Amino acid sequence: MQQFIRQLAQENDFQSTRLLKILRAVQARYFHIPKAAIEQLALILSIPRTQIQNVIEFYSFFHLEPRGKYDILISSSITDLMVGQEELINYFSEKLGVKIGEVRADGVVSLNNTSCTGMCDQSLAGLVNGYALTNLTKSRIDEIVENVNKQLPLEQWSSDLFTVADNIIKPDLLLNQKPTQGEAINATFARGLKETLDEVEKSGLRGRGGAGYTTAWKWKFCSEDEGICDIEAQRQKQRYIICNADEGEPGTFKDRVLLNSYADSVFEGMTVAAAIIGATQGFIYLRGEYLHLYEKLEAILAVRRNANLLGKNILQHGFDFDIEICLGAGAYICGEESALIESLEGKAGIPRNRPPYPVTSGYLGKPTSVNNVETFLAAANIAIHGGDWFANLGTAKSKGTKVLSISGDCAKAGIYEYPFGTTIQTVLDDCGATDVLGVQVGGPSGTFISNDEFERKLAFEDLATGGSFIVFNNSRSILDVVHNFSHFFAHESCGFCTPCRVGTSLLKKQVDKIVEGHGSAGDIVALEELCQLIKNYSHCGLGQTAANPVLTTLERYPELYQNMLKKISYEPGFDLDKSLETARRMAHRDDAAAHLAQVE
Amino acid sequence: MTNKKVKVATVSLAGCFGCHMSFLDLDERLVELVEHVEFDRSPLTDIEHCSSDCDIGLIEGGVCNSENVHVLREFRKNCKILVAVGACAINGGLPAMRNHISLEDCLNEAYVSGVGVENPQIPNDVELPLLLDKVHPLHEVVKIDYFLPGCPPSADVFWKFLTDLLAGREPSLSYELVHFD
Repeated sequence: MQQFIRQLAQENDFQSTRLLKILRAVQARYFHIPKAAIEQLALILSIPRTQIQNVIEFYSFFHLEPRGKYDILISSSITDLMVGQEELINYFSEKLGVKIGEVRADGVVSLNNTSCTGMCDQSLAGLVNGYALTNLTKSRIDEIVENVNKQLPLEQWSSDLFTVADNIIKPDLLLNQKPTQGEAINATFARGLKETLDEVEKSGLRGRGGAGYTTAWKWKFCSEDEGICDIEAQRQKQRYIICNADEGEPGTFKDRVLLNSYADSVFEGMTVAAAIIGATQGFIYLRGEYLHLYEKLEAILAVRRNANLLGKNILQHGFDFDIEICLGAGAYICGEESALIESLEGKAGIPRNRPPYPVTSGYLGKPTSVNNVETFLAAANIAIHGGDWFANLGTAKSKGTKVLSISGDCAKAGIYEYPFGTTIQTVLDDCGATDVLGVQVGGPSGTFISNDEFERKLAFEDLATGGSFIVFNNSRSILDVVHNFSHFFAHESCGFCTPCRVGTSLLKKQVDKIVEGHGSAGDIVALEELCQLIKNYSHCGLGQTAANPVLTTLERYPELYQNMLKKISYEPGFDLDKSLETARRMAHRDDAAAHLAQVE
Repeated sequence: MTNKKVKVATVSLAGCFGCHMSFLDLDERLVELVEHVEFDRSPLTDIEHCSSDCDIGLIEGGVCNSENVHVLREFRKNCKILVAVGACAINGGLPAMRNHISLEDCLNEAYVSGVGVENPQIPNDVELPLLLDKVHPLHEVVKIDYFLPGCPPSADVFWKFLTDLLAGREPSLSYELVHFD
């Protein structure tokens, strides 16, 4: 092992920023991160042992105790629950002979739940040793169990199990463009860098991750440097471009499709941005769940390097730029730009204090522009076709189109592109959704809208979304949805600030209490107070939006919550008598004093 | 303040009596206090059950067994205002550290397989309260009106809280009284 780790560190130039990459390799080989590996890495990377330990404990895909040789994770996103996730994972667990969350005694296989893997249009989804599994049914589960028990290497499993479909159903402005092979770069230099930035500004392009910051301003702020007057010193100052491909918002999977089928244009958008702000290095932070895309993207980068679309003196324009792909390791919070940067630096993904914003102090303290995959795709096409081409579509404040990932109760789940300003009803008609109860727009951190609101529009000024669009029909229970989302946030809270770390857990407990029928008169008020506290006092966007599932549904369906409250007098949030069961059994007692009534 | 004395009841559930000790740190202020309050059920008086007209119930410690549940319910029934006093009452505190271990393992370690255990057996006298699976904070079992943080809350916290209530003010604790670093 010593030699393996030494070589691994050497391949990564002994850079502690590559810690995630190194740990991924160790985890893949030993199914956990052995103590000895931590000690050795601390020594040769010159970082504290505790920092490595911290990183291992932070990310879901790293383990201090061995997982199975085949580590199987099943997505527990709401769309998976809608296709019977609970029954299927229990079936899986029974067939494999391993409890959920545990490793089988022979060490061959382990099974657990995981957050949304970005395959909501092909649920039930899962991962085996990080590689995506789709459309899991009982018969496919049987096949996997057989492969595992035969200890067949993954390469020999039927490729059908790993098929990931694009499901592009309604392409529009962007998705109808062919992948670019230098057109955007040439157009940018022909027009001039400043002029191209003006075109991006004219296009009105705003960040596609959900927050909607004007892209041209971000690039402008990133390229400026008021502190340094000497032009030569400015030029030498390192800047970075980062593509945020950590799409972890449950219900979002459009970036996976964009990277699978439009990667060239995304890379070219990054290259154009780099030319404009003066960066020579770019990163793609790819969520760990998209490991299946890694080799394909590396191959595309290699082709682009050969074609001089990356590397030194790109297309003879006297400009150097290259892109490195960095994989995440299962942490939703890393979609937040400053947490993403921390993660890229080889640390736990804990959001930074802002300001300073990444545009002035980002990766390694240098000016950094972090943009969404779809933003770069749009930017590449804007560089070719000009700002007006894009700004002609959309609304006054939201220009262009938005790519949606549609899943849930509809006939055709998949990728749809719409001009901003399109009504929810139009989208529902197109995707074949009938008998609709409501739609979760923008994922758990977004808004749940009821069927009275389908004339509302997709736009930053009305319903903003990073792309998640989950449809629920009338057979679904809103409280089940809220229950799932509140568990999701409690699991994904990074633990840095108390309002979010403790608050999301309390929120989960309070929602459980009400959903399980233990709620009484004051519980809804307590729930609402808790929501406000988490929303107003949390450090970053995760906490600030973690109460949205409760708040947006409580506002629309107060009676739904009230109906769950059966009693006036206060009731404990857990089953009192049941919690005496162990003691009763061990003391061999069943007398009256050995029992408790739930309510006095 | 009216002439009729305010009735205060106190109890320690799954706690260490440290909060009660801190309460006694009121020292000479206790003399002033008893001019306005009368102690009902409390370890200080040895009165066994609450009168039905208690005004304030101060509860130290969390809920770890069936007896705690009964006592807590008696307080809720008989006190107009119920106060969770100290870290254990508010969060479960030190006793709740056993929540990470199964009750079965806890009992086996203490009474069956632990070092130095003689005549190993799980106590089963019907007089003994049974342990709950987990230790719970008070508010998970009954409605709690106020929370006094601290391990223990200082005498000044008790003083400020009680004098506010006695004066008919909504109790409020300044930052100095509740910061611990």
